[in-house]
Amino acid sequence: MTDLSMQHTLSFKTVKKHYFATPLNSAITVLLAVFTAWVLWGLFNWAFLDAIWGYGKNEECRTHEDGACWSFVATRWRIVLFGLYPFEEQWRSALACIVMLVVAILSCVPVFWSAKRLPTLWVIGFATFYILMRGGVLGLTPVVERDWGGLSLTVFIFAAVCLLGMPLSIIFALLRRSEMPWIARTMALVIDVIRSLPLLSIMFTFAIVLPFVLPDWAIGDKLYRVIIGYAIFFACYQAEIIRGGMQALPAGQEEAAKALGMGYWNRVGYVVLPQAFRNALPPTINQFVITFKETSLVTIIGFFDILASGRAAAGTADWSFATIEMYVFVGLIFFVFVFSLSRYGAYLEHRLNVGSR
Amino acid sequence: MQTLIKNRRVRDAGLQFAFVGGIVAILVIMVLVGRTNLEAQGLTSGFGFLERATGWRISFSLIDYSTNSTYARAILVGILNSLFLGAIALPIATVIGVAVGVMRTSGNGMAELVGTTFVELFRNAPLILQLLFWYTLLLGLPSPRNAEPILGGIALTGRGIYIPGLNVTGGSVFATILILVATFALALWLGAKRWPDLHLRQAGKERKLLWSVSLVIALVAMWLGRIPETSLVNFPEAAGLNYRGGIRVSPELMACLVAIAIYGAAYIAEIVRAGFNAIPNGQSEAGRALGLTPWYIFSRIRLPLAIRIVMPTLINQYVWLFKATTIGIAISFTDFFMIISTAINQSGQTLELIAILMGGFLIINYSMAWVLNRVNDAIKLKGTQLRI
Repeated sequence: MTDLSMQHTLSFKTVKKHYFATPLNSAITVLLAVFTAWVLWGLFNWAFLDAIWGYGKNEECRTHEDGACWSFVATRWRIVLFGLYPFEEQWRSALACIVMLVVAILSCVPVFWSAKRLPTLWVIGFATFYILMRGGVLGLTPVVERDWGGLSLTVFIFAAVCLLGMPLSIIFALLRRSEMPWIARTMALVIDVIRSLPLLSIMFTFAIVLPFVLPDWAIGDKLYRVIIGYAIFFACYQAEIIRGGMQALPAGQEEAAKALGMGYWNRVGYVVLPQAFRNALPPTINQFVITFKETSLVTIIGFFDILASGRAAAGTADWSFATIEMYVFVGLIFFVFVFSLSRYGAYLEHRLNVGSR
Repeated sequence: MQTLIKNRRVRDAGLQFAFVGGIVAILVIMVLVGRTNLEAQGLTSGFGFLERATGWRISFSLIDYSTNSTYARAILVGILNSLFLGAIALPIATVIGVAVGVMRTSGNGMAELVGTTFVELFRNAPLILQLLFWYTLLLGLPSPRNAEPILGGIALTGRGIYIPGLNVTGGSVFATILILVATFALALWLGAKRWPDLHLRQAGKERKLLWSVSLVIALVAMWLGRIPETSLVNFPEAAGLNYRGGIRVSPELMACLVAIAIYGAAYIAEIVRAGFNAIPNGQSEAGRALGLTPWYIFSRIRLPLAIRIVMPTLINQYVWLFKATTIGIAISFTDFFMIISTAINQSGQTLELIAILMGGFLIINYSMAWVLNRVNDAIKLKGTQLRI
């Protein structure tokens, strides 16, 4: 409603209607405009007029207190983005991120929305990512996971969690909806318990407590344990979203499939799940957005993701005053990804609504 | 044998047994392995360690705590700190969120612009990043020596925010809170059981009476708990290198409050906006046709309807936000999670402490959801009211 009227030409009438309809409205408009201008002017001053640009000017920044020190970004951006990854090999880390970005963009194109194409795309993309990062084949020097860091580690954890969590969530949702009461009840209990725990405590348990209670052969690497824990957490949330999508289906759909003599897997695979996913698409994208943002929690349990590498870059004595600039920089990187994904989700929701009307 | 496998009932029972048995077996193996590992380290499993003294400090505590206190007490301190943080941050988030949500649906272009910017800015960056950002800003405030009190005695310093406090005992503050909570519960209960059957005016009278009586009792409780020979209000004053008097809000607590309140507000604003948008236009049109003022239409028609629409979503959001308070560990705010992880480091009683952590969160989250669901039941539209 408002979107349409906002697109009208800025005639006197629309301006009056939206900004100066009543005296109170005019007062609010003027007050907010002054406030916004004040904030924007302050930000503009800080970020541009008084800022220090260029490579390696930390001595200048130290004495200069009013403006931002973008010199920090110009000098230390490679540490923020790539962490401890070997300096000569950082192109691989960058390329790997670009590969995953392309995969993410491609999966927004409807051509890829099928049960075969989308998983294939992600598996190929993820394998390319892993080979690029890990090396050891095709003449690439091996780089162990411990040396990964920065944006590529964040992307790696996110992609691995989605890739593991998505099939897991379908299994969880089907088990939760099973006609066998004990399976359904146990799964419901597991999902409810995990959902009411904080993600941080799950990560903590998988990273630090699990080695303690697992037999030696099952311990594995800390990074992969955390990914598995996060994937299970993701799957519990996503399973409820998929289940919601299934519940929105009219009962007649499954009954018709049964009447046609379709078996369980055919019913689920060809009738229930495709429609459930369509219903669940907007909350699913929302779940991806949240998952990407919360990937940054791994910094607390000692991984060198982009937040941790940013803190390391601003942690040395010669750049310690640039912490705020670092957070703004890292925040902007997150913002670009998360904002575009959530805009895409909103667009999709709009599109789906148009179809169903 | 073949027929036995093909028999549906037998197969179902077998599958169910295998599934539940598998999960139970994994858990049992974990506990057994954990026990042997504990014994290898010379620790005894069980909850006996809760009685031992901790020997470490906690920087922020609402109740008395020293290094001689027991583990049980330390965990209680952690739980209280988490609840305290949630009890302050969630209402602030709600107030800001509702304000921004109203701004975004107000029809004023400028207000919508500001509201949208707020929501998009704070919803699209990770909470932990925002927390660290606010923490850095707060630590960057001037040192106590250079800070000037503003607004009647609030001092913003790098060592914490000093606000005026009351010279009353902790017990009376607790009693006051208890009285207000009890009144709220009573009002809810009456609102569900008694008031709907009464005449509107009569019910209104009773509501006013209930609240004024409880407020008077609360004030009296406050007054009785006064610390003798001090002034009632305690202003912070610059004393040497630091501030003295008043209440010091540490940068850690303040950063957690600000981060969770703002991040939560951005989410709540979206929920509130969706709630307002779900109200049919006919409602406010009917109000206008009756000649009600815009304020009346907002406060008596749209807001009450919106609250009822958003309540279920809001409950989930509160539970989710409360879980998010655990990130306080990133800046060493001594909440439940931080105390548990410190205790695991110090005592090595991993299994028991993790069990306490999970049990604690389950109980807190379920009781929070339970209370809020009762609130929802009490205020939701019933029967013929349902046609919005």
